[in-house]
Amino acid sequence: MKMHFNRRQLVIPYGLFLVLFVIIPLGFIVYYAFTNGSTGAFSLNNFIKFFASPTSLSTLLLSIGVALLTTIVCLLIAYPVAYILARSNFKKKSVLLMLFVLPMWINFVLRINALREFLDLVGILNKAHLFNTILGMVYDFLPFMILPLYTTLIKLDKSMLEASADLGSHPVATFCKVTLPLSMPGIVSGITMVFMPTMTNYVISDTLGLGHVTIIGKFIEECFGARSDWHLGSAIALVLLMIIFVSMLVSGGFKEEDNGSRGAGLW
Amino acid sequence: MVKRIAKCSVLALGLLFIYTPILLLVVFSFTPATTLGVWEGFSFDLYIQLFNNAKIMNIVKDTLLLALFSAIISTVLGTAGAIGIFYSKKKVATTVNVMARIPVINAEIVTAVALALLFAAVLPDKSYFTLLMGHVVITVPFVVLSIIPKLKQMDGNLYEAALDLGSTPTQALFKVVVPEILPGMLSGFMLAVTLSLDDYIVTAFTRPTGFETISTYVYNSIKVPQHSALPQLRALSAIIFIVIIVGVIVANIPKDKKRKEKV
Repeated sequence: MKMHFNRRQLVIPYGLFLVLFVIIPLGFIVYYAFTNGSTGAFSLNNFIKFFASPTSLSTLLLSIGVALLTTIVCLLIAYPVAYILARSNFKKKSVLLMLFVLPMWINFVLRINALREFLDLVGILNKAHLFNTILGMVYDFLPFMILPLYTTLIKLDKSMLEASADLGSHPVATFCKVTLPLSMPGIVSGITMVFMPTMTNYVISDTLGLGHVTIIGKFIEECFGARSDWHLGSAIALVLLMIIFVSMLVSGGFKEEDNGSRGAGLW
Repeated sequence: MVKRIAKCSVLALGLLFIYTPILLLVVFSFTPATTLGVWEGFSFDLYIQLFNNAKIMNIVKDTLLLALFSAIISTVLGTAGAIGIFYSKKKVATTVNVMARIPVINAEIVTAVALALLFAAVLPDKSYFTLLMGHVVITVPFVVLSIIPKLKQMDGNLYEAALDLGSTPTQALFKVVVPEILPGMLSGFMLAVTLSLDDYIVTAFTRPTGFETISTYVYNSIKVPQHSALPQLRALSAIIFIVIIVGVIVANIPKDKKRKEKV
């Protein structure tokens, strides 16, 4: 049999796969979020339940707080590191960068367990739940902040900096008025890589917060486990999804050129 | 000079932060003590215990096979998808790209919950198939993302030239296009393996009862205080850390050399 096909048709299996395993599942979330658990009728009760309950609201606020702090600390550590790596003339620049992003390849549960053992040794595992959780988040997500910052900073046109210096700018002014604005795409991409996962990665908060820190991801997981309220869980998942969509639209994350920093540079 | 010292110390502190827990775990995997920090003499006890622990060995095997299978599926599906997207009309390409973007940007818990709802609705129970599909969902977009740049770099006339010289579209595809994008396919495959090995949340929501990966097993063991397997997991972690650190360094050496040659 002679097979005749058009190159374009190769997109069909992939497209079908995405419809089946990405789009339709999201449809299920929407359906569950807007229906009543016992009757199956349309209802907004799940959202009301979520936003009217002090426990769930404080969970949401705590998650946002943890995510904000983690993102800021990551940025404060990652920016100097990425800046030094990108601007310096170290001979082994690429090796150094590799050492900083290498943890990305290692299973995060194992890395968090290593940190847990370390904190146990230091003696603060049982004492500072919130601090440990944030430390764990920073530990896990730091490479995801360093990589996009480095990629942006290394591409930065050096003549711009020279021009700024030639025109009499103080190095600090050059940094604030040239380097920082030009590295905005890296900052935005780093923030999107860190903020959302921090709000939802309950493995870290469970392991290092020893069950004392409940973030929104944990809350959703509980809805599908112990609480057994799939409708409420779906409603919260939908709220998260909306937040992600809006932040993506704002930061332009849907653009094709931004090749998903998680993958960029790996292997 | 002062500047250089300051720069070096920032980098050194960063690396210290990243590698202290890892090094500590590796060091204390070579002593039989159950609590980390207690040195009871150098020995391979924990490693011997680990290799004699049939349960953990099975979990390691299952985790690796799952990563391998899901990466193979993702690479085949993603390669076809990338070629298809590349030659499709803009409208089709954009639609598929936006759909593929969703699992990339989405919080993993949302992806996991969505899949769990789908599977609960249409299948009697979760199975190896649901787990495999879960892993393909989170890995396949990255395969496509690593192949598309290679397609863009390719000389567009090559495929037409092959057709003009009498090859069938299938031959042209396998003998011209695929070899051109092979590096992208390989890095996509490796990325898929890495992401699958790294995953916890989607695994937890799509796995059949009783199926464990390293992630789920370690996570559940940590939650039990004084779990008997924890010291052995120290040895397992040490092996994985060392294999990956060495692997990544080896994989990056030729890249480094090539870069230098170009310069």
